Amino acid sequence: MGYDKFKILKSKAVPLAIENVDTDQIIPARFLKATERVGFGDNLFRDWKYKPNNEIKKNFVLNDHKYSGKILVGGKNFGSGSSREHAAWAIYDYGFRCVISSFFADIFKNNCLNIGVLPVQVSAKFLDIIFKEIYKNPKTLITVDLDLQTIKIKKTNYKEDFDINEYKKNNLLNGYDDIDYLLNLKESIKEFSKQTPL
Amino acid sequence: MGQTLFDKVWDSHVIKKIDNGPDVLFIDRHMVHEVTSPVAFLGLKKRKIKVLFPEKTFATADHNTPTRNQHMPVKDLLSKKQLEALEKNAKEHKISYWGLGHQKNGIVHVIGPEHGITLPGATIVCGDSHTSTHGAFGAIAFGIGTSEVEMVLSTQCIMQPKPKKMRITVNGKLSKSVTPKDVALFIISKLSTSGATGYFVEYSGEVFSNMSMEGRMTVCNLSIEMGARGGMIAPDKKTFEYIKGREFTPKNDYWKKAMDYWKKLYTDEDAIFDKEISFNGSLIEPMITYGTNPGMGISINGGIPNSDEQDGSKKTFLKSLEYMNYREGDKIIGKKIDFVFLGSCTNGRIEDFRAFTKIVKGRKKAPNVTAWLVPGSHKVEKAIKEEGLLTILKDSGFELREPGCSACLAMNDDKIPTGKYAVSTSNRNFEGRQGPGSRTLLASPIVAAAAAITGKITDPRKL
Ligand code: SF4
Repeated sequence: MGYDKFKILKSKAVPLAIENVDTDQIIPARFLKATERVGFGDNLFRDWKYKPNNEIKKNFVLNDHKYSGKILVGGKNFGSGSSREHAAWAIYDYGFRCVISSFFADIFKNNCLNIGVLPVQVSAKFLDIIFKEIYKNPKTLITVDLDLQTIKIKKTNYKEDFDINEYKKNNLLNGYDDIDYLLNLKESIKEFSKQTPL
Repeated sequence: MGQTLFDKVWDSHVIKKIDNGPDVLFIDRHMVHEVTSPVAFLGLKKRKIKVLFPEKTFATADHNTPTRNQHMPVKDLLSKKQLEALEKNAKEHKISYWGLGHQKNGIVHVIGPEHGITLPGATIVCGDSHTSTHGAFGAIAFGIGTSEVEMVLSTQCIMQPKPKKMRITVNGKLSKSVTPKDVALFIISKLSTSGATGYFVEYSGEVFSNMSMEGRMTVCNLSIEMGARGGMIAPDKKTFEYIKGREFTPKNDYWKKAMDYWKKLYTDEDAIFDKEISFNGSLIEPMITYGTNPGMGISINGGIPNSDEQDGSKKTFLKSLEYMNYREGDKIIGKKIDFVFLGSCTNGRIEDFRAFTKIVKGRKKAPNVTAWLVPGSHKVEKAIKEEGLLTILKDSGFELREPGCSACLAMNDDKIPTGKYAVSTSNRNFEGRQGPGSRTLLASPIVAAAAAITGKITDPRKL
């Protein structure tokens, strides 16, 4: 079915310097009741954004208008916990196209790649530098080049390469998804199913 | 070079290897529930395709269901809509569907093993991270996202790179009142919530071979809480005895054929793991968590660590304690609690109810504690009644609810109120997991029972 192609993203970024951000925080379970993929962005980080009485929590970074952009920068072990793809949808629907961290949980990373959000894993040191630069100047621009697999902080010399497997990279660059690929294998899948013992 | 258990199962399911890319993996069993499937079915509709192997897919309603008055119409309209969507999708695609009130209904990871859907050497996926539970049978089982649910429905395959392999060996004899849950919480506290990310874990050693199948399920269930894709235990006599004769277990010649395959499912002696870790089981004590991730666990008589001793950032650690309203250095024992939750796919099976009942028998529930006892399935519920556990529980002031995920993720009405403390036998103590503002302490059914009796954190050995 595909999604927007991802080539180069140049954007400001939102710093969320917390470790172990789990998918229950990204989108709490009570907002998973939809039967269609709509409106999840509104509830991104719901309980960090609002108090139980719906008052805005001013000190949460998404409520701080200094920061904006299509890149979310998170602390180590981002996206742990539940497999809910709704977490990746919420991030996408809110307007982010890329998440940067020094470490991602597996399922979350897969989910992102499957819907066209690029997870960029950088070194702990580079992550620190990104946070510092954004805090110093919230207008700091970051360039993520998927084709070259590089991430740069504009107007500085800070630059790092990142890893992504060739297949997924190609999918993102072209906006392809796995199902298109698998549907072409249907006949060999049917053949294979005949010889499985279970 | 020899192969690991994981290699044997994974490699025999690979249809195609893509250079510099993922493997195309064939899936034997797909479990579906109401929350992570509707958008996947919608995807099939958009592509105008049908489920490829409906007989390999099983659907149940569990995440969103009420645990009271299940015979009545579901009051929450959004939940109701999700349940109706699953029923409709199952019908349309000819998938077996065990909805609310059905005698086979229950939590997806509880009913799989109960009915012989879960088998050794199988690849099993579900849009729920605790699919790792099924690894207890020597299956490769892991949670997937909704895009992948759509992939499996339409092609019975997913595409994933082969994970690295880790073996966790625990030898020694467990002391009294130390349960599989404690073993798992202990391991996670040592490895942290990301210590096994990128790996698939095999559990080996005396502790696991002596463990019951249900205990193994509890351990494998919690694999995801240290970041692992999944965890598995080689099938043995206990495994085969457990599955034999269940509804979907192969019979006669099929059993024999399957057995030929299952007998080879062990790690060869010369196989190599990417990482090996071992622990002495006799040193493990009853465990409990004090923070907001499952890695923040200590032995029940221990103290909350100091922020300076943490690997991760001090700020994140202190934020977590602030949420719990606990302080560094505090003892956890004696802390007052408000709720007890016995249930979930981690500890909602009959052995868990037996263990809980044994502790509360002849005692009374503390008046300040609200206890939610939620069986993992109708089958478990039935056994609780037939074995006479319900009478004992009632005498002690407890009541039983109807099966479902309930307060494990609090999508239904079973929400722990803001600021309240719950000792929970489930798997996640994340902020707000059991309801906005709720504070969760993860523990075994025995520790939960002791807390329910005294109204505070209590060492079950000292009751
Ligand atoms: S009991 Fe909890 S962890 Fe298990 S399937 Fe339900 S929501 Fe997921």
